[in-house]
Amino acid sequence: MNTETVHTTGAPLAVAPAQSADSDYNFAFLDEQTKRHIRRALLKAVAVPGYQVPFGSREMPLPYGWGTGGIQVTAAVIGCSDVLKVIDQGADGTVNAVNIRRFFARMTGVQTTTATEKATLVQTRHRIPETPLREGQILVYQVPQPEPLFRLEPRRAQTVKLHALAEYGLMSVRLYEDIAHLGAIARTYDYPVRVNGRYVMSPSPIPKFDNPKMHLNPALQLFGAGREKRLYAVPPYTSVESLAFEDHPFEVQRWDHACALCGAGDSFLDEVIVDNAGRRLYVCSDSDHCQSRQQAGHTGSAVGEPGSQP
Amino acid sequence: MTDDRLLSVQGVGKHYGARWACRDVSFDLWPGEVLAIVGESGSGKSTLLNLLSLRTPMDEGAVHYALRADGNTPGGLHNLATLSEARQRLLARTDWGFVEQNPRDGLRMAVSAGANVAERLMVLGQEHYGRLRCQALDWMQRVELDGHRIDERPTQFSGGMQQRLQIARNLVTRPRLVFMDEPTSGLDVSVQARLLDLLRSLTENLGLACIVVTHDLAVARLLAQRMLVMKDGSVVEAGLTDRVLDDPQHPYTQLLVSSVLTP
Amino acid sequence: MNHGNTSAPADGLRLRASGLDKVFVLHHQHGVQLPVFAGLHLQVAAGECVALTGPSGCGKSTLMRCLYGNYAPSSGLVEVLHQGQWLDLHRGAARQVIAARRHSLGHVTQFLRAIPRVPTLDLVAEPLRRLGVDDTSASEQAQALLGRLNVPQRLWSLPPATFSGGEQQRVNVARGFIAAQPVLLLDEPTASLDERNRQVVVDLILQARARGAALVGIFHDAEVRQAVATRTFELGAAPAPTFRSPAHV
Repeated sequence: MNTETVHTTGAPLAVAPAQSADSDYNFAFLDEQTKRHIRRALLKAVAVPGYQVPFGSREMPLPYGWGTGGIQVTAAVIGCSDVLKVIDQGADGTVNAVNIRRFFARMTGVQTTTATEKATLVQTRHRIPETPLREGQILVYQVPQPEPLFRLEPRRAQTVKLHALAEYGLMSVRLYEDIAHLGAIARTYDYPVRVNGRYVMSPSPIPKFDNPKMHLNPALQLFGAGREKRLYAVPPYTSVESLAFEDHPFEVQRWDHACALCGAGDSFLDEVIVDNAGRRLYVCSDSDHCQSRQQAGHTGSAVGEPGSQP
Repeated sequence: MTDDRLLSVQGVGKHYGARWACRDVSFDLWPGEVLAIVGESGSGKSTLLNLLSLRTPMDEGAVHYALRADGNTPGGLHNLATLSEARQRLLARTDWGFVEQNPRDGLRMAVSAGANVAERLMVLGQEHYGRLRCQALDWMQRVELDGHRIDERPTQFSGGMQQRLQIARNLVTRPRLVFMDEPTSGLDVSVQARLLDLLRSLTENLGLACIVVTHDLAVARLLAQRMLVMKDGSVVEAGLTDRVLDDPQHPYTQLLVSSVLTP
Repeated sequence: MNHGNTSAPADGLRLRASGLDKVFVLHHQHGVQLPVFAGLHLQVAAGECVALTGPSGCGKSTLMRCLYGNYAPSSGLVEVLHQGQWLDLHRGAARQVIAARRHSLGHVTQFLRAIPRVPTLDLVAEPLRRLGVDDTSASEQAQALLGRLNVPQRLWSLPPATFSGGEQQRVNVARGFIAAQPVLLLDEPTASLDERNRQVVVDLILQARARGAALVGIFHDAEVRQAVATRTFELGAAPAPTFRSPAHV
């Protein structure tokens, strides 16, 4: 039996004891040929940072749009001694994160954790953990639409050519349009980046707040899009620059608030409506980060107020 | 004597199965010359334009163009077939222009006029929004479009204005050679007239070399100094525009000239 | 002001036609051939004004057009002196003929080959602009010439399409004379003009002669011809057309 160790109050965080893998399934669900295929594709991706490598996406026990790409990448690289963390919008406790973590626990028997610094492999939907990653860790992103030019040029044959020739004027046009109509570049998530000075890539729908974390990150970053059947990678210590204009440089989001639970002033905050009167709190999106800070003694404005427990 | 030709076309042709759409066409073009290619439907003039602009591969012959000298290439005539696809595409969006018959084919209808005009500059690596916008405004004014409409989409422009926008979009990189495929067809007569005047003054003031395909002899007379007359894929007559139109020698040219209705 | 060639030959020749034949072949009228003239020789020197004479239909206008490069000779040669070299107007490269027409060979025709919708002032200034003269100066010269030809100022900003015949003709004349080329071809330059303006044109022609231009003209008006021509060149009646026999159609 697997014990869930995700709590929102200050219980000690632990690595869940590994259960034995379900013997009706191959290790990590995928057959060995598929794992080999995906690994080869990943090697290509790592060799050409930011380049989208097509792969034979398999049927997974959940539909497209629920992270099948990320799951296949994780399944291809996970090993018995890995420690797995899964987050969805920064939280370990949401439905998707819980289910995916449970899936891998059952399919591999590996240890799972909510602590970023204890994980060797982190699968994420739409956020990068606040805790800085280190060498030897792998971050797997779930990607809905790998093609950054998709809205501007839906034809795959054309975008392949544009990437091959590094013709990215179209993306500049998109950014120009934002400034012309909205006064500033309006993208706040899935903000396009240039990897290793060559390929323009979609970082997946992470908030642009997280983009700087990708730059020269010591960890290996892998991206999987199951429905679109493509994967790509950013090797450790690779340059990742967010696109912008000289006179409209890239800027991250900032809040006027700090986290109501742990007082962090530099993390990505979620806005939470707490009662029917519409009162709201701002709390860290990264639940592990928030809890670690609380355990270390940091507090925010909401702690101690009666009836303020989220 | 230095060779100052801009374009040299030698025996180009294209066939579809047994039928040659365009056969053995040769001519030279110098900087600033406007050449009209006239003919009726099926004459091969559009095929020829597509061959010259590298949109369609040719089955025979060669096209040489005088590339601008840069770090990688010396100046002078280069056989375009020897260029990489990347180099050809770069040429097409910097030193060449192509004005489509239907402006919708030559514009991005879903982005603003300003973005349309500035796009080539962005492709070339310009990254300063303010300057890009300034240049877009400048070119819109040169084609007599209201600069206040810079953020409007081309769908909100009339056909004539869309065509002007397409012209601005092409000229922003100051190309030396512009291909035009029936640039005024499909427009109302009064709108055509204004556009022709604009083209005429732009080609003169900017010293553009142009190759204009048209079935309308009046357009040829107004815009071009030289003319090729095509029939069934071959050039039947060539020369100074006013000479060909006023003293046609070839039977087909005589037929064409005599068929034109004059109001 | 002479914009043309720098080294004129000692004999002062500026324009010459040698062995000129012209036959119109109308392919769609059963190939009928309309000969106009044959074996024509003409040489025009600086300071001359040659009046083409002959009965109506003898080919005076046709000859003019051949001299301008507008019609192609059936055989023979038409050459103009351009930048010190003789240029074959028919076989020469298009850009050279264009350049010659700007610098060395001007013409005044009866029909304002309307470049529509261009204001009169710009039409008249255009030949100067094409020679590189700046806008202001070109405009001023155009204004002066139009004024001399009594074209009212209120018409200067209008395209000439709606002008009267006489007004259009004066615009034609202005456009033809303004660049002061060393060779000028004048096809009925005083057509539709009243006494006063005919005199202005005569003065312009005499001035051109005085500065060393070579002129060829068709002058219906005998008085004008008397006043300006230094000699005449007679074209005989055109030969009869020849038809192909029906078997060849």
